[in-house]
Amino acid sequence: MSRSLRVHATGPLALVQDLGRPGLSEVGVGRSGAADRCSFGQVNRALANEDAAAAVEVTFGGLEVEVVGDGVWCCVTGAPCPVAVDGREVGSHTVFFAEAGARIVLGTPTAGLRSYLGVRGGVAVPEVLGSRAGDVLSGLGPAPLAEGDVLPLGAPGERFPLVDSVAVPDLAEHVVLRAVRGPRDTWVRDADQLVATTWSVSERSNRVGMRLGGAELEPSRDEQLPSEGAWRGAVQVPPSGEPVLFLADHPVTGGYPVVAVVVDADVDRAAQLRPGDPVRFRWVEAP
Amino acid sequence: MTRASVALLPYGDRAILVELGSTQEAVAYAAALRARRSEAVGEIVPAARTVLVVAGAGAAVADLRQALTEVSPEPSAAALDDAPVVEVPVRYDGEDLADVAGLTGLTEEQVVAAHTGQTWQVAFGGFAPGFGYLLGEDDRLNVPRRTEARTRVPAGAVGLAGEYSGIYPRPSPGGWQLIGRTDAVLWDLGRDPAALLSPGVRVRFVAVTT
Repeated sequence: MSRSLRVHATGPLALVQDLGRPGLSEVGVGRSGAADRCSFGQVNRALANEDAAAAVEVTFGGLEVEVVGDGVWCCVTGAPCPVAVDGREVGSHTVFFAEAGARIVLGTPTAGLRSYLGVRGGVAVPEVLGSRAGDVLSGLGPAPLAEGDVLPLGAPGERFPLVDSVAVPDLAEHVVLRAVRGPRDTWVRDADQLVATTWSVSERSNRVGMRLGGAELEPSRDEQLPSEGAWRGAVQVPPSGEPVLFLADHPVTGGYPVVAVVVDADVDRAAQLRPGDPVRFRWVEAP
Repeated sequence: MTRASVALLPYGDRAILVELGSTQEAVAYAAALRARRSEAVGEIVPAARTVLVVAGAGAAVADLRQALTEVSPEPSAAALDDAPVVEVPVRYDGEDLADVAGLTGLTEEQVVAAHTGQTWQVAFGGFAPGFGYLLGEDDRLNVPRRTEARTRVPAGAVGLAGEYSGIYPRPSPGGWQLIGRTDAVLWDLGRDPAALLSPGVRVRFVAVTT
């Protein structure tokens, strides 16, 4: 019998994610994929999956799934959270086996925002343009999970998981993101305000972008910037002056000045910030 | 095109923003980059005056910077001649046709003639999957966006804004001046490629009455 996961509860937002859709920017399709690529990669390595095997990105816990058909090896990475299998706590960042009929429940993370439930063989919903990523901006890929959804699972590969547990990420509270100044730093009066301010992550943040409150970067000119390509990590300043840090589902082009771009490796850490969390930036040189 | 107008601006640790003088130059630069793909070049995102170039997987930005210094864009006319042509039938009954006539000093018939009488080329995408910013051959139809955006523009609506024309691939909010509507399907996931228009493709609008 084929294996699947039946969804009984989703928490605030649960999405299937993988490495996304590279190479389609020119037709208006952004990359999307796991918001925290580091934790996503970790779950597939733990389960000896292909790098691109899809997992469930769980925002702030609350996911409950039932294993259907046959047992499956699983692991939860990213934001550390309680993980229970039929009421027995197994913990995140461990590789565990869930029998057919077992219910896997993810609790509220003790730190961070996004956890990744991986299964051996990956989640095998149909691909859209070569990816199973749910893109909340373009609407491509599977919709956010809903109660009653059944997620087919892929055939396990030939390799077996070799580890019992993986490293728990350090999601320390005082986050300082490295950023390269520019390209449009002269479009605000004082781009150094970005690194001088302790920002607060806004409630109005999502996979498209993280809005930051705490100060306003005042524009330095009246003219409008013609649309420019955008990328994950870009810090865009809309007319309100409150910066937006682009995450996985960012628009392909944007019309507001990008005053700084966060170093790629630090964007994964940014994706684990919760609304209300403080965050700072520091300048680093462009490579 | 003069090479002096090309500036390489920093864009984090994975990309470089290439700044050019005009949309034509950005189109030509992106085409030149596509023509000589190297491992240092990953995603290419052309836009109005710039081309964002992301380093290829495993390549460093320093490699990308080196690769970009070797790009020499052809004049855009050469790129225009080889590109495929898509004919798009349009009913010119858009809600803003009269406004566009007023703004351009043309009659409505002359607006239609100007829109159908030139070859447009997809300069870049970005607003929604399948949307292309189309650049024409002259500036007769250069009009500002509407002062108030519409909350809903239907799929297939043909509009003008600034130096561009465009077709809404799906219903969405929008601020472009609407001059007509097409039944052409801009975006279809059941089709390969899904997008009817991609950068470089040329477009001829054809007036239809039904």
